[in-house]
Amino acid sequence: MAESGDTQLYAPRQAIFPRSVKGRFRRLKWGVLALAYGVYFLLPWLRWERESGPDQAVLFDLVGRKFYIFDLVVYPQDIFWLAGLLMIFAYLLFFVTGIAGRVFCGYFCFQTLWTDVFLFIERLIQGERPARIRLSKQPMNAEKAVKLGLTHLLWLLVAFLTGLTFVLYWGNAPQLVAEFFTGQAPFAAYATTVFLTATTYVMAGIAREQVCTYMCPYARFQSVMFDRDTLIVSYDRARGEGSAGRAKLGRDLKTREQRQAAGVGDCIDCGYCVQVCPTGIDIRNGLQIQCISCALCIDACDTIMDSLGWERGLVGYSSQRVEDGGKRARLLRPKVLGYAAVLLVAVGLLVWSVGNQAPYDLAVSQVRQPLFTRLSDGRIENAYQLKVNNKTGHALGLTFSIEGLPDAELDMGRFRHIVLRPEQRLRLSARIKARPKVLDGRTYPVTIVATPDAGSGLPPVRHATVFYVPKG
Amino acid sequence: MADQSQHKAVQTTGHAWDGDLQEFNNPLPRWWLWTFYATVVFAIVYWILYPAWPVGKTFTKGLATTTFVDADGKEVTTHWNTRAEFIRDMQSGEEALKQKAYLEKVAGASYEEILNDPDMMAFTQSLAKVLFADNCAACHGLGGTPAEVGNFPNLRDDAWLWGGSIERIEQTIRKGRLGYMPSFGKVLSDEDIEALANYVLSLSGHDVDKGLMARGDSLFHSEQAGCYYCHTNSGKGLYSQGSANLTDQVWTVADVNGAPTLAEKIERVKSVIRNGVQRRMPAWEGRLSDEEIKLLTVYVHGLGGGQ
Ligand code: SF4
Ligand code: SF4
Repeated sequence: MAESGDTQLYAPRQAIFPRSVKGRFRRLKWGVLALAYGVYFLLPWLRWERESGPDQAVLFDLVGRKFYIFDLVVYPQDIFWLAGLLMIFAYLLFFVTGIAGRVFCGYFCFQTLWTDVFLFIERLIQGERPARIRLSKQPMNAEKAVKLGLTHLLWLLVAFLTGLTFVLYWGNAPQLVAEFFTGQAPFAAYATTVFLTATTYVMAGIAREQVCTYMCPYARFQSVMFDRDTLIVSYDRARGEGSAGRAKLGRDLKTREQRQAAGVGDCIDCGYCVQVCPTGIDIRNGLQIQCISCALCIDACDTIMDSLGWERGLVGYSSQRVEDGGKRARLLRPKVLGYAAVLLVAVGLLVWSVGNQAPYDLAVSQVRQPLFTRLSDGRIENAYQLKVNNKTGHALGLTFSIEGLPDAELDMGRFRHIVLRPEQRLRLSARIKARPKVLDGRTYPVTIVATPDAGSGLPPVRHATVFYVPKG
Repeated sequence: MADQSQHKAVQTTGHAWDGDLQEFNNPLPRWWLWTFYATVVFAIVYWILYPAWPVGKTFTKGLATTTFVDADGKEVTTHWNTRAEFIRDMQSGEEALKQKAYLEKVAGASYEEILNDPDMMAFTQSLAKVLFADNCAACHGLGGTPAEVGNFPNLRDDAWLWGGSIERIEQTIRKGRLGYMPSFGKVLSDEDIEALANYVLSLSGHDVDKGLMARGDSLFHSEQAGCYYCHTNSGKGLYSQGSANLTDQVWTVADVNGAPTLAEKIERVKSVIRNGVQRRMPAWEGRLSDEEIKLLTVYVHGLGGGQ
């Protein structure tokens, strides 16, 4: 791989040992993490009363082709909701990124969340940054083996719980867990768990920032949404460097007054912001593609400034406009407003659509082979395929009738009136027989109506179709 | 962006074009290289397991195999290929087994039970549709209506030559039917045939010549022509003979409905009387299994509404 001289086209990963930090952003991020973990790990265990169907609050039943989400049951024909949801997520990302940069990366992305947890475990077992660096440098011995082994063991445990929990969303959680540990769960459950255990362990334990830097497509295209007013984490160069650059707290450079007199900036070059950075970069070099906007360097520098009694914000949220001497980032920009508008419309439509989910539905398609049949009494018959779908949790009696075609007769054999089981889907054949006045080769509108039994409280559903009359 | 001078000098790859055109070196992570090697290893494993390389007119078949049951019921093991995988899935895949279980349920149910159960009906129809397309559609048309009136009856209408009850439909499919009407071209004069045709059309309400109709009427019921033997005195036909009901609007041999004028209708009926009818429905017993015949019976019964 080596080119002429010492040019390396491939570089080994530089291990990063982020130091821990306390501060408002760290607190916020722990909060987000606690919420995300709480929801993710506990949701499959939440029970829910339903008229029919499983008693699990959230369950994606692939075999039954139904997604249960609290009181909502999603059927395959509702799949466009998924399209709506994905669109909402996309616009939400555009909107948020346009305003505040990579907040998704820094606060919500599971790569960041899980890496945080893995780092926490690492620190718990191996200690703070200097201890970890020392441990990594020292030759293998009992202490190192135990500490590394324990760390990886705990990582694997978290990874396994992550994988297993994911699987629980696709089946009845308590039963699935019991089956899982007695070797009776479906193959897919084991395969998915193993796969997610492996990816979680590798991504959060080993690859870490490499995922953000080299693999993640969001990391790349989010930068396209940046503009001059987008919030970025940045270092106040003018304040930090002064006219003579940064300098450590030395003799005669202790107070701000002394430093300003010497032309030295406020940065004491303690390196804390670099040490806490999970991607191993130096924010003082400006905005870099590796930066996930986790804001930990802000907490780090604020801690230092607080201890010195100087004002915070040497490292802080800023924007290109501010960097270039502008006053402050503008929030209300056409782009942001546009995204907000689209987002509102999409959310509105989805909520409306979900709120108006029909309790049962009827689809009709005309049989086209043949288009018509001449009956022995001279009448013309058209045939139809009906699909009915009972989305309610109880039995549903339906009576079929037709509207709009005078003197026509609806023939559904023995199924003019049917009773659907809860959540049953059914295909039925129907025939309409009519005696047209003229055989004109035209189609006439006709409506097939499904009327629920009296007492169900449900409105009838109509489906418009056509009746074809052949040419005489 | 930050002042570029703050960055460390960026390394170049050492290449130079046109004297001074150089390329920055941003080293890829090393694991990236290893994933590349991993794909190479994957490819080699794949070549060993699966069909891969063309060799002359053939190809390397790979070690992986697929086992399925061929048309003669023999177990066959071939090199792995998607076609064989598909056949195996259709025979013993998860869905195929589910279908088999339900098929057994339907096979064990009585006709009455099937006809009363919307679930079993829906299942029967989707399976039988395929059977019908494979075995029956060549003559009766994919939807049960033949391409043209003449040789094969339309199964969609409500007229049944051999009866539309479940029992009779099953018998028709099982044993086949021979639809026969003698040709009268040599037995009767052209005038007689003309008169008969007029009478026959009058039965279904056509406004024909009264004189010819009366003559046809007596011929129809005479020993000379003997039409009433099969078509009965009223002209309604007999299921046991497969003789057509001449009083309704359904025509399965002469395309009366498709004729533009009365004269043409008369011509078409005359042609049938002159030439007779010889139609044959093959017996499916032995060619189709009992379950398949059962499914088709229910399907055909449903096509025309049944009796
Ligand atoms: S530079 Fe700061 S905000 Fe960016 S990743 Fe590092 S610590 Fe987080
Ligand atoms: S934490 Fe603040 S003071 Fe310390 S090196 Fe970073 S920017 Fe400078």
